[in-house]
Amino acid sequence: MIEIKNISKKFGKLEVLKNVSASCNSGQCIALIGPNGCGKTTLIKSILGMVIPDSGSMEFNQKSIFGDYLYREKIGYMPQIGRYPDTMTIGEIIEMVKKIRNSKDNLDEDLFRDFEIEKMLNKQMRTLSGGTTQKISAVLAFMFNPDVLILDEPTAGLDPLAAEVLKEKIIKEKGKGKLILITSHLLSELDDLISEIIFMQEGKIFFHKKVNELKEETQEDKISKAIAKILRAN
Amino acid sequence: MNRIVKIILSDILKNKIVLVYTLILAVLSWSSFGMEDNTAKGMLTILNVILFTVPLVSILFATIYIYNSSEFIELLVSQPIKRSKIWISLFISLSLSLIISFLIGSGIPLLINAPDFNGIMMLIIGVLITAIFVSLAFFSAIFNRDKARGIGTSIVIWLFFALIFDGLILFLLFQFSDYPIEKPMIFVTSLSPIDLARIQMLLHLDASAMMGYTGALFKEYFGNGIGIAVSLLLLFIWVIIPFVLSLKKFKTKDL
Amino acid sequence: MKYFLIILLFFSLSLKATTIHVGKKHEVKSVKKGIALAKDGDTLIVHGGLYKEGNIKIDKRIVFLGKGLPVLDGEKKHEVLSIHADSVVVDGFKIIRCAYATITDPCGIKVYNRSHVLIQNNVLDDNFFGIYLQNAQKCTIKNNTLKAYGKEEQQLGNGIHCWKSNDILIIANRIDGHRDGIYFEFVYDSLIWRNISTNNVRYGLHFMFSHSDTYITNIFRNNGAGVAVMYTKDVKMFNNTFDENWGASAYGLLLKDITDSYIFNNKFNSNTSAIYVEGSSRNKIEKNQFNANGWAMQIQASSMDNEVVNNNFIGNTFDMGTNGSLVLNTFDSNYWDKYEGYDLNKDEIGDVPYHPLSLFAVLIENNPSAMLLFRSFMITLLDKSEKVLPSITPDNFIDNKPQMKPLPLL
Repeated sequence: MIEIKNISKKFGKLEVLKNVSASCNSGQCIALIGPNGCGKTTLIKSILGMVIPDSGSMEFNQKSIFGDYLYREKIGYMPQIGRYPDTMTIGEIIEMVKKIRNSKDNLDEDLFRDFEIEKMLNKQMRTLSGGTTQKISAVLAFMFNPDVLILDEPTAGLDPLAAEVLKEKIIKEKGKGKLILITSHLLSELDDLISEIIFMQEGKIFFHKKVNELKEETQEDKISKAIAKILRAN
Repeated sequence: MNRIVKIILSDILKNKIVLVYTLILAVLSWSSFGMEDNTAKGMLTILNVILFTVPLVSILFATIYIYNSSEFIELLVSQPIKRSKIWISLFISLSLSLIISFLIGSGIPLLINAPDFNGIMMLIIGVLITAIFVSLAFFSAIFNRDKARGIGTSIVIWLFFALIFDGLILFLLFQFSDYPIEKPMIFVTSLSPIDLARIQMLLHLDASAMMGYTGALFKEYFGNGIGIAVSLLLLFIWVIIPFVLSLKKFKTKDL
Repeated sequence: MKYFLIILLFFSLSLKATTIHVGKKHEVKSVKKGIALAKDGDTLIVHGGLYKEGNIKIDKRIVFLGKGLPVLDGEKKHEVLSIHADSVVVDGFKIIRCAYATITDPCGIKVYNRSHVLIQNNVLDDNFFGIYLQNAQKCTIKNNTLKAYGKEEQQLGNGIHCWKSNDILIIANRIDGHRDGIYFEFVYDSLIWRNISTNNVRYGLHFMFSHSDTYITNIFRNNGAGVAVMYTKDVKMFNNTFDENWGASAYGLLLKDITDSYIFNNKFNSNTSAIYVEGSSRNKIEKNQFNANGWAMQIQASSMDNEVVNNNFIGNTFDMGTNGSLVLNTFDSNYWDKYEGYDLNKDEIGDVPYHPLSLFAVLIENNPSAMLLFRSFMITLLDKSEKVLPSITPDNFIDNKPQMKPLPLL
């Protein structure tokens, strides 16, 4: 579904992505993990077309994404830190994105209901806490029933209750055969969610493995421990 | 395009600064026509507004607005919208809102007090100057990541066209006063949108000003129908070029 | 005896002054023949119609009268009317199409070395020179309308041209489209009154070496280079209007080497340079109105002892211009609309002197191309700072008694 081939990106002198290749298919739930500053967010932003790689190619459903924008209709993106226009209210933001997406039917309003957004529609964005902002991001990402969900640190700012709601939602969507791409530091959270792991280090993909393979190789049943073992072995 | 323009436009028009700007233009224009007993003098006051206030407010407001909507732009970029569409929509809405302010603030008194060729010419030039300085704001905002630097660049751009450029021309005129430099100078002068607008308007308003050989040359180059068309075209190019450069940059910018 | 005397007197009168009619319906068909038949003192009445008789020479002291505007056509080959006698009256003709020649200067009507000629109520159309007085005295030119159509100076002659004459009256003529509207050279003690001179290719009025003449209530409008007066003393110009004389070297009034003259109560509207003064001295310019001119006055440093008093300067681009730093003229008690001073003691005279010479005017004088920057923000700044701290403009170029209100001039 998403085909990444040999992409590199420099910010000034800093090489953020070095010749990264990866392949992601529908039905998979992939965790993109790695230390801070390893290039996870840059890779995600490249897929979204927010960052333009210096070299390499990227395909979405066998079509290059460079110069294309319609493919983003099939992606729901939840940013690490959602930044929205200060003066707009939650209701306005949701309305606006609906207008831009131009889709009235087939809206997925599970999270809208579960997070009880209805009550806050008139609040201005700048008055919101980080957690609430994340809820809005999540609502927007899931709302349009996209084939691909890209979630950048989805549970980082959420309270445990909301995090659980979101997790269940992710599992539900995974069941529908969607491709889900998650970055997270909290490996323990991912255990019952993910099917594959991409581990990045210093702008490179250190490994890309299925979870059960990984567990078999390392003889561990927790992902976090398995990864720790691999890292120690190197 | 329409949806985004509508969204941004409604956001800008909520902004109090645009309202205040409209009000200031209205006060300046009405009072200049009210105080001066002849319309020509009122027109000259409005010309000064067009050459001074309009560029300054346009470039500053647009620059600040672009920086303040960086989140909004980021949000839009992750959505299925063409990048160029986002940038063009932003430009259209910003120019449109400032042009509407100008038309309400200065346009109405202008058309009531001078409903002739000069009045309409003045309106067209005011609209073009607004668009030019919004376009320059896009140019300065896209090439400076830092907000403070971007605003600084915008002020310098304004100062350059309002003041420094004329200083350079004066310097050149006196440096090369022994040579026949009128024709090259006319060319050089038309490189500044403010000067071009000023001279084009003066040719119509205040003919007593444009006298002597230089005045005659100017009439020859800019005073006739072709001249008017050419200078309007030049002003239009001034709208296009900075914006197109910024658009090119925006298309490949990392957010 | 008594009756005989009366009869004799009657006969002698009728002998002396007969009236001859010329026209299609009359016995005499030709103007020339009519003149040939006439004697001194006779009246020749020419009736309406077209007369193509080449050059008509009037060499007798007759009244030459047109009835129903007869047309004398020079067919572009001849001078139309040549007057070689004193006390001739020419009245009521339409004189058209005289010849064009640069050496002999053919005219519509020309007076050769005569006096007491009266030329009135004629229409002169498409002539090279219009009315030409050569070495004439005590002549009157009145109520004539002159029009010419050339585009270039070389193709055109002057409307009313006087050379080496004196005691001439030029009253209520309209001159349009000639080279110079009215031209005087060596003409003394004459009066030019109520004429309208417009659209002439060079000057509306042009005179040289013509002393002690007076110009009253004339209108000079839209002439190629305005009005030029040169090398003359004792000129009086009252109540004239100088309008819309536009162009690179056009003046409302150009004074060149004019001395001891008085320019009073004239109106100058929308001229490139309302009054340009060069090499002139001891003139008084008083109670004039200067409206919306490029320069109200340009006084070159070669002029001295001129007085500029009690004038109104309103809406001019520049009030003053000069080419040097030497100021030997006085400016007093004028009204300047650009004056920004105050009047604390309420005597209607500003408490601080006014500097009518702006920095930009000096810049323009040195470098006319700087006009490019007119009304730019930078020039406004420079002008303001110069007003506060004069550095380049001569500091004695001032009006010490600027008026707070315009003078009530009509």
